[in-house]
Amino acid sequence: MKLKQLECLLGHLQQFSNPKVELEQYPTGPHIASRLLYTAENSFDDISNKVVADFGCGCGTLGAAAALLGAEQVIGIDIDSQSLGIASMNAENLELDIDFVQCDISNLGWRGQIVDTVVMNPPFGTRKKGADIDFLFVALKVASEAVYSLHKTSTRDLRFDVPQLYKFHKKKEVDIAVDLWRFVPKRSRGENS
Amino acid sequence: MRLLTHNMLSSNIKGVTNGFPLRIEVEKVVEKEVEINHDFLRNIFPKIDWKAFSDASRIMGYVELPEEAPEPSVLESDLEFLRKFHHALLELHLEEGALVCPETGRKFPVNKGIPNMLLHEDEV
Repeated sequence: MKLKQLECLLGHLQQFSNPKVELEQYPTGPHIASRLLYTAENSFDDISNKVVADFGCGCGTLGAAAALLGAEQVIGIDIDSQSLGIASMNAENLELDIDFVQCDISNLGWRGQIVDTVVMNPPFGTRKKGADIDFLFVALKVASEAVYSLHKTSTRDLRFDVPQLYKFHKKKEVDIAVDLWRFVPKRSRGENS
Repeated sequence: MRLLTHNMLSSNIKGVTNGFPLRIEVEKVVEKEVEINHDFLRNIFPKIDWKAFSDASRIMGYVELPEEAPEPSVLESDLEFLRKFHHALLELHLEEGALVCPETGRKFPVNKGIPNMLLHEDEV
């Protein structure tokens, strides 16, 4: 699938109707989502035929992108039932097979390393301090091959458009600079590869 | 929720030593066909907890899987086995029901295929 085609399909997904500030809910735009998954697949082979988990999936954009790029199985995890409802509908509309689980990431009970790749756009930690680190910590325990994550810090080419969703955004649209990170989990000692 | 996902989920309630596997209570199972991928099945097979998986498939109403995990060599040539493995792993969905913590008996409801694993305050 071409990048443009992927971006276009993701652009049709429904997003949060009433985003919750305390959960730092905002959509992962099709521009950034398509490029994240395209990189993961074409540069690193981390998506097609793999088991992919989308942590803090929200309306399911990253998971949907993974499925569209040939992930064998996608699991979306989020704490909020409304988002999961939208994510389920998005998956159905695109005829994608995605399993969803409602859970608080910091309490996730998960066995072993069946999941190959975790993709995520975690909360930045502006509302609940350290939220992004919590997500990273769990992701690295769950993924056996790679974790792709967006974090706010330095200025790079990847920019993130946040339309004025919340009242306290003064400007109409706020660009937040984010970095895409690829983490590779360490294998635990004594584990047979 | 497919059995592949069930094979990864465990109960993380405070005090529980081994929350895996979650027992399944079935109210509604739905079958959805998906294309088979033999290589994927061969790769995932060693990562599956077979006992949990075959027990779960039986509860979901599918009795074709052997109780003991077969030798990996079976997956190389036995297409019939691969088809059954594929069917149980990826085509059976628990739509309505519950997942039950094996130690505390606490039920995590499953609605519209989505398990709710949120813990109460006293379980964290």
